[in-house]
Amino acid sequence: MAIKPEAQSKVSLERHGLTDEQLVAILRTMLMQRTLENRGFQLNRQGKIPFASASEGHEAVQAGAAMAFERGKDILVPYYRDLGLALGIGLTPYEVLLSLFARAADHSAGRQFPHHYASRRLGLHTISSIIAAQLPHAVGAAFALQYSGETGRAVLTTFGDGATSEGEWHESVNFAAVHTLPIVFLCENNEWAISTPLSKQMGQPDVFKRAEGYGLPGGVVDGMDPIACYAAVGAAMQRARSGGGPTLVEAKCYRFLSHTTDDDDRTYRSPDEVQARRKDDPVPCFERLLVERAVLNAEQVEALKRGVLEETNDATDRAEAMAYPDAADLYEKVYAEGWEPWTV
Amino acid sequence: MAMEGLRPIAEIQFADFIYPSFNQIVGEAAKIRYRSNGEYTCPLVIRTPYGGGVRGALSHSVSIEALFYHVPGLKIVAPSFPDDVKGLLNAAIDDPDPVLFLEHKKTYRLIKGEVPDGHYTIPLGKANVRKAGTQLTVVSYGLYLHWALEAAQRLQEENVSVEVIDLRSIRPMDKTAILTSVQKTRKLLIVHEDNKFGGIGAEISAMVAEEALFSLDSPIRRLCGPDVPSMGYALPLEEEFMSSPAEMADAMRAMVKF
Amino acid sequence: MATTDLRTGSLERHGLSDEQLRDMFRNMLLQRQLDNRGFQLNRQGKVPFALGSEGHEALQAGAAMAFNRGRDILAPYYRDLGLCLGIGLSPFEILLSIFARAEDHNGGRQFPNHYSSKAAGLMSFSSILAAHLPHAVGAAFAIAYRGETGRAVLATCGDGTTSEGEWHESMNFAAVHKLPFVMLVENNEWAISTPLAKQMAQPEIWKRAAGYGMPGRRFNGFDPIETYAAVKEAMDRARAGEGPTLVEGTCYRYLAHSTDDNDLTYRTREVVQERRKDDPVPAFEAVLLEHGIVTPEGVAAMRKDVLRETNEATDAAEALPYPEPTDLYKHVYEGAWEPWQS
Ligand SMILES: Cc1ncc(C[n+]2csc(CCOP(=O)(O)OP(=O)(O)O)c2C)c(N)n1
Ligand SMILES: Cc1ncc(C[n+]2csc(CCOP(=O)(O)OP(=O)(O)O)c2C)c(N)n1
Ligand SMILES: [Mg+2]
Ligand SMILES: [Mg+2]
Repeated sequence: MAIKPEAQSKVSLERHGLTDEQLVAILRTMLMQRTLENRGFQLNRQGKIPFASASEGHEAVQAGAAMAFERGKDILVPYYRDLGLALGIGLTPYEVLLSLFARAADHSAGRQFPHHYASRRLGLHTISSIIAAQLPHAVGAAFALQYSGETGRAVLTTFGDGATSEGEWHESVNFAAVHTLPIVFLCENNEWAISTPLSKQMGQPDVFKRAEGYGLPGGVVDGMDPIACYAAVGAAMQRARSGGGPTLVEAKCYRFLSHTTDDDDRTYRSPDEVQARRKDDPVPCFERLLVERAVLNAEQVEALKRGVLEETNDATDRAEAMAYPDAADLYEKVYAEGWEPWTV
Repeated sequence: MAMEGLRPIAEIQFADFIYPSFNQIVGEAAKIRYRSNGEYTCPLVIRTPYGGGVRGALSHSVSIEALFYHVPGLKIVAPSFPDDVKGLLNAAIDDPDPVLFLEHKKTYRLIKGEVPDGHYTIPLGKANVRKAGTQLTVVSYGLYLHWALEAAQRLQEENVSVEVIDLRSIRPMDKTAILTSVQKTRKLLIVHEDNKFGGIGAEISAMVAEEALFSLDSPIRRLCGPDVPSMGYALPLEEEFMSSPAEMADAMRAMVKF
Repeated sequence: MATTDLRTGSLERHGLSDEQLRDMFRNMLLQRQLDNRGFQLNRQGKVPFALGSEGHEALQAGAAMAFNRGRDILAPYYRDLGLCLGIGLSPFEILLSIFARAEDHNGGRQFPNHYSSKAAGLMSFSSILAAHLPHAVGAAFAIAYRGETGRAVLATCGDGTTSEGEWHESMNFAAVHKLPFVMLVENNEWAISTPLAKQMAQPEIWKRAAGYGMPGRRFNGFDPIETYAAVKEAMDRARAGEGPTLVEGTCYRYLAHSTDDNDLTYRTREVVQERRKDDPVPAFEAVLLEHGIVTPEGVAAMRKDVLRETNEATDAAEALPYPEPTDLYKHVYEGAWEPWQS
């Protein structure tokens, strides 16, 4: 398979068929992701919401992968760190804020943790907090596509490096390989699982090297490069859509912030380590690249950022103004009808 | 598969092998509807043979219902008769929520019965009075239901009238059927193979104590499997674990005399 | 058999003495005899269940020879009769398990073939596929944690079991912590009625090793000497603190999965017949004869002796009593079994 780590070319922009408009859309998703993350942490520090998590460092892989997703056809089965992917396939900042504020109008009606979205409209599966639990669902969805004889559709599922140690990860990848299912496994390897470093997670550092043992292609891509991620995930999705079977794609990225607002990463890694990695921060890197290659000029970038901030502010205000679910909603949607275990 | 419009029917070869999938059943399937506020659902049927009495030893004999009946979002069915199996299985497949469908493995060969032709369903959550009676209510399901019926039949010959309720569904469970019967007979015996502590019988007793305590003429009794991990392979260990129609008849007699 | 060097005609014996070679062969004969006995007793209605390992004899006899008695730990699965014999279980103990007698190691509680023996370093295991592997890895962790060297854990499983999540979690944990652990997969191409092609998308289990960051290798499990060499190398590596290895032995399951299975519903007699050509028991006999390690008379005497031992063990075990009914309540906890305290 032709996925290779690809440094951002200083000479020419290898755009893998992406138009200027698409490149700008990718940058906008990345900026939006960062702004919304920030907003979550701010709201938490202001005492307005009890919890937020962030995906700083994952912007490139998510915006790139989202660009490879065909809206209205493909299915996304993500995990909790996939804000950018959800935005990239069409979730609005307002929907994200509804999730942060746990409002009644949220897709889960305020039941789920922040960033555990679901949207039938977008083909976005409901997210679990249980590591790797989404993978059997993803494989099942791919099985359903195959079973129903649907072509031209595929499932994109994502997970962290830590998730690869779970039995359900293994069972899912193996099952997909045995049945040649239309699915792409995208690992967002940020080198940490809360406080567990990659070296305590695996006996060797490359997730994609597992692919051969399952009999499916695997490849690695620079997760700080959105175009490379688009290309890698796009090729794999295309393969899946055309009946070629599953692929394991590993994107190497980094988690710049603590795991969540409830975690203090200084207890297990040094600020220096994080600082040293900041030079690869994909958001300024990609912004610079687009300016250097004259896809955008400085004013356009500023306008983009302003637009993102305004949208975020507006979404925050609107979501905050919405109502919590009613207490009686606790009893809704346990089953199709009724919640009580006794029938009378 | 279920979340994308199919109606999968999974089979676990023996109920004892269900534990590796506990997370997906309890943590996921049962919560999909709730956590997505109904945008996603998980209409899945899991069939599995449970129970002992077939020399299945520690790992081919267990009853698993108590481990799952605590879980909101799941439904559990445990039919005992062939006609119920068909009707309830059809209903489970039609059901919009995940259903655990328990088949007592000893009844596969032991129990024979007519099965109506054509498609029909039996609603989940409806018990069935398999034998009418006036002096004692016996609630059971699975293999033990058949033994309870056999015991009740024996008592009939002694002019003792026992009502036997086949639960059929464990979650949801038919409150009306149990209370109606208990209010009539004023005595309740619950019989199941699964062990007693924290078992199905505990929930039924608590419900009846809450709702119909003053209708009772005697303490509620439970005749259940012993609280040991499973039955052993050697015959005496299995026999010691399993109850019998004779033991049930004794318990019934004692309660009627009380 | 790769055991004989085709150029020189000499036997590549990997340091095994004549006596050890004969021991391995005897183990193989005994396995087959005891397997047979289980099926006979079942057909006679004397025991409700039996399970055979025909086709696994060479693999198990070879692997057992690489086990250091009194030091190593074995975490086997239900098809490991030969391994258990090879590390010291007696035919009498096997028959106690088949008859579920009180004197059996687990007091007649477990299914046949689910042996355990603390004295032999043989860990108790259940019928749940792969459930023993976290135990095995835990035992290896205990060895490493205590800083013991020269000891290792040998764990086995079938090809089907590699699809379980617990298999993966165990392998990964062993690799991360460089544990003294050897994962021996007995690939017989079937998991009851599921063929290998429905189990994995590529047929070589040893290739999973690289993904965990441990060495992996495959060997011909019909050859007890090659098996011995492969397992010994891995065990020595583990004992020396160099970490885990995945070894895959190829073999075949000649019989139905168990007495409760009819394999003609999913594979033809002809397919099995064809594979019988590789049957490791006659093949190893021929090699030993060819190299003068056994004589025809010696083999005949050995067979007679194996049969005698099996018959004696059968009679002795059958004559013993079942456990008492009240034994059902023993060993639930260290103390009393009832959930209520008073
Ligand atoms: C089964 C399970 N075990 C433990 C946890 C606690 N937990 C939450 S996030 C996390 C780390 C996951 O790391 P990784 O998969 O690398 O994803 P990342 O958060 O780094 O993106 C853990 C252990 C959990 N949610 N589920
Ligand atoms: C968790 C679990 N699922 C299913 C079973 C039923 N089962 C018993 S043996 C077996 C096949 C195992 O095949 P393999 O691992 O290849 O070993 P083999 O029997 O071929 O030696 C299965 C599926 C089980 N025991 N445990
Ligand atoms: Mg991570
Ligand atoms: Mg096998």
